[in-house]
Amino acid sequence: MFIVELNDLQGLLTALQAGGFTVIGPTVKDGAITFDTLSSIEELPRGWSDVQEAGSYGIRHSEDDTLFSYNVGPHSWKKFLFPARLRLFSARKAGKAFEVDPVSPSAPPKYAFLGVRSCELAAIAIQDKIFMSGPYADKHYTALRKSACIIAVNCVHVGGTCFCASMGTGPRAKDGYDLVLTEIRTDDRHYFVAQMGSPLGKGLLQQVTHREADQKEREQVEKALKAAHDRMGRSLDTHNLPRLLEDNFESPRWEDVAKRCLSCANCTMVCPTCFCSTVEDVTDLSGEHAERWRRWDSCFTTDFTKVAGGNIRMSTRTRYRQWLTHKLCNWVEQFGTYGCVGCGRCITWCPVGIDITAEAAAIRETSMTTTNG
Amino acid sequence: MPAKKPKVAVFKFASCDGCQLSLLDAEEHLLAVAGAVEIANFAEASRRMLKGPYDIGLVEGSITTPHDVERIREIRKSCRVLITIGACATAGGIQALRNWKDVKEFTRLVYASPEYISTLDRSMPVGSYVHVDFELRGCPINKLQLLEVVNAALNKRKPNIPAHSVCMECKLRGTVCVMVAKGIPCLGPVTQVGCGAICPAFDRGCYGCFGPMENPNPPALSTRMFELGKDRHDIMLLYRGFNAYAEAFRKESEAHEK
Ligand code: SF4
Ligand code: SF4
Ligand code: SF4
Repeated sequence: MFIVELNDLQGLLTALQAGGFTVIGPTVKDGAITFDTLSSIEELPRGWSDVQEAGSYGIRHSEDDTLFSYNVGPHSWKKFLFPARLRLFSARKAGKAFEVDPVSPSAPPKYAFLGVRSCELAAIAIQDKIFMSGPYADKHYTALRKSACIIAVNCVHVGGTCFCASMGTGPRAKDGYDLVLTEIRTDDRHYFVAQMGSPLGKGLLQQVTHREADQKEREQVEKALKAAHDRMGRSLDTHNLPRLLEDNFESPRWEDVAKRCLSCANCTMVCPTCFCSTVEDVTDLSGEHAERWRRWDSCFTTDFTKVAGGNIRMSTRTRYRQWLTHKLCNWVEQFGTYGCVGCGRCITWCPVGIDITAEAAAIRETSMTTTNG
Repeated sequence: MPAKKPKVAVFKFASCDGCQLSLLDAEEHLLAVAGAVEIANFAEASRRMLKGPYDIGLVEGSITTPHDVERIREIRKSCRVLITIGACATAGGIQALRNWKDVKEFTRLVYASPEYISTLDRSMPVGSYVHVDFELRGCPINKLQLLEVVNAALNKRKPNIPAHSVCMECKLRGTVCVMVAKGIPCLGPVTQVGCGAICPAFDRGCYGCFGPMENPNPPALSTRMFELGKDRHDIMLLYRGFNAYAEAFRKESEAHEK
C-alpha cells in the first residue's frame, strides 16, 4: 500500500493523459453525479454526497471536502464500453444484392475510468464474460475494453440502495483494476491509499509522488472498509436463491409487482450488467445506401419477445419475472455468477421505486416450498 | 429504366396543419423526397392536385363532422397504404376535450345561427372509421419519423418506430431522470417514445405528446404522483392533453375526474 497525498492526485490524471488516455470520471451535472470527460481533479464532485432511496435520488453538500463520498449514479461504465447506439456497418446497393462497406479502421478511444466502484468492477467482469468469450466475441466491446485503464475507488461510504455485501461484490475492490484508491479524511489529513493491480497501474503510480504506507495508515483502510460493509443500505438473502425462484415461478407476487411496474425499462437501462441490444436497419429514400445500427434494448419492451407467429411475453408479470429471475436465477447457470452485483441502480432509478431486494424477499416469505429453510 | 414514382397524397381533417408542415420542414431531405415520390396532393405545398388512386395517403386531423366521415371513407378507397399522422388523426387531438362536454351547448354559445352547424358530438381518430395501415404519433409528429415511415414504405421494409416508453430514450441519451432526481411529475413511463425525450433533457416532465406506450400502466404512475404531492385534479389534467382521448390516458383521467 502506498500513500498519495491529495495535492499529488492531479499527478495521476496528468500521467493518464500523458499515456494517451481519455479520462472519464464522476462529475456533478444536472443535479446528479454523472460520468463525463475530466481534465482536472477539480472537476470531481468535491464536497458532494448523494442520498438514494427507492425511486429517489438527490445530491447534497457533504460534511467534508472529500472527493468520493457518494455512490454510483445514473450512469454506468457500460455507457462507454457498450455504447447505447453504435453503427455496425453501412452498405451500398450493387445490382440485386448489396455490398458492405469496409469498416473504417479508426482507433477506438483509449479510456481511463476513474472512480470505478467494486460493484462496477464486478459488473465489468460480467460483461467481459458476455462480450469477450466464446466464438462470438464482440469486437467493438473487446477493442474498447482491452485498451481501457481502470482506477478503482473503494467505497468507505455506502448508499441507501446498495447491497454489494450481500452479492459478494463489495465494498472492497478485489480485482479487475489497474490501481485502486481508498480516500482517507481525518481531522488534519486528507490522502489516498493506493494499491496496484497490474503493471499498468504500477507504471502510473511511479509517475505520481507517493510513499509506502505505515501500519497505522493500513489499519485506517481496514477500519473504513469494515464500517462501510456494516452500514449497507439494503441486503438480499442469497441462500438457495436460484432454487427458491425456480420453485416460485408461479408465485402470486409476480402479479402483485406487475400492478406496480410500469414496464418502462429504466431498470434494465441503468443496470451495469444488462447487455441486451437490438439492431435497426435504416436506408436512405433511394434505397441505395443502408446502415445497420445497434442500440440498447430491454426485456421490458414488446418487440423484444416478438417472434414469428406471436409474442412470447405479453404481460408485465412475465416480463418482470423474466428480468428478476434472469438476474438472480438463470444467470448463475448461464454464466456462473449472479447477474446482479448489488449496485442498487435499478431500485433508485425505478420511477415507482420497485426494489429487487424487496421483491426477492417477498417471494422468499410467501414461498410454499422447503427451499426457504 | 426508372420505375414509375409512387404517388403520395396528403389529406387534412380537423387539425392545425402542423404535422403536414413537418414534411416541408424536413428541408435537408425535401429534395430527396421530391425525387423519390410524386406529390399528387398536398395543399400546403402546391395547388397541383392529381387524381387518385394513390400509393400512400397521409392523413392529418381528426374526424369531427358527418362530412368528414364520408370523405375519409372515399380517401380510404383511393389509397393503397393509409398512414395517419399526429395526435389528432391517431387519438382525436386536443379538440377531443369536447368529448367530455355537450357540443350542442358550445355551438349555441359560439355561433349566431347554430342550426347551420353540422358536427359530431365527439372528435375521433381516423382509425375509428376506417382501416389504418400505420399510425404515426405525436403532437406534432417528428419529421424524421415521418421520413422513416415513408422511406420504409418505399423500400418495403419495417419502419423503425418503437412503441416503448420515453424513459428508454432518456436513458439512451444519458438524461438524468427528472422524476427520480427532482421529483418532477413525468408522463414518460406511460408515453410512447418518438420525440427523442426532449422535455426531460430540459428539466421538464414529459407531457405525453406521443400518446400511450405499448403497455401503459397509468394507475401505477398515479400512485407515485400522489407521493410527489399531486392531487387527483392535477393528475386528471396531466392526461387531458393532446392525446386525452387515447384509451389509456382517457381512462386514467376519468378515474380521477370526480
Ligand atoms: S439488478 Fe439492479 S442492483 Fe443488480 S446490478 Fe442491476 S441495477 Fe444493480
Ligand atoms: S421495475 Fe421499475 S424501472 Fe423496471 S420496468 Fe418496472 S417500473 Fe420500470
Ligand atoms: S424523466 Fe420521465 S421519461 Fe425520462 S426516465 Fe424519468 S420518468 Fe422516464
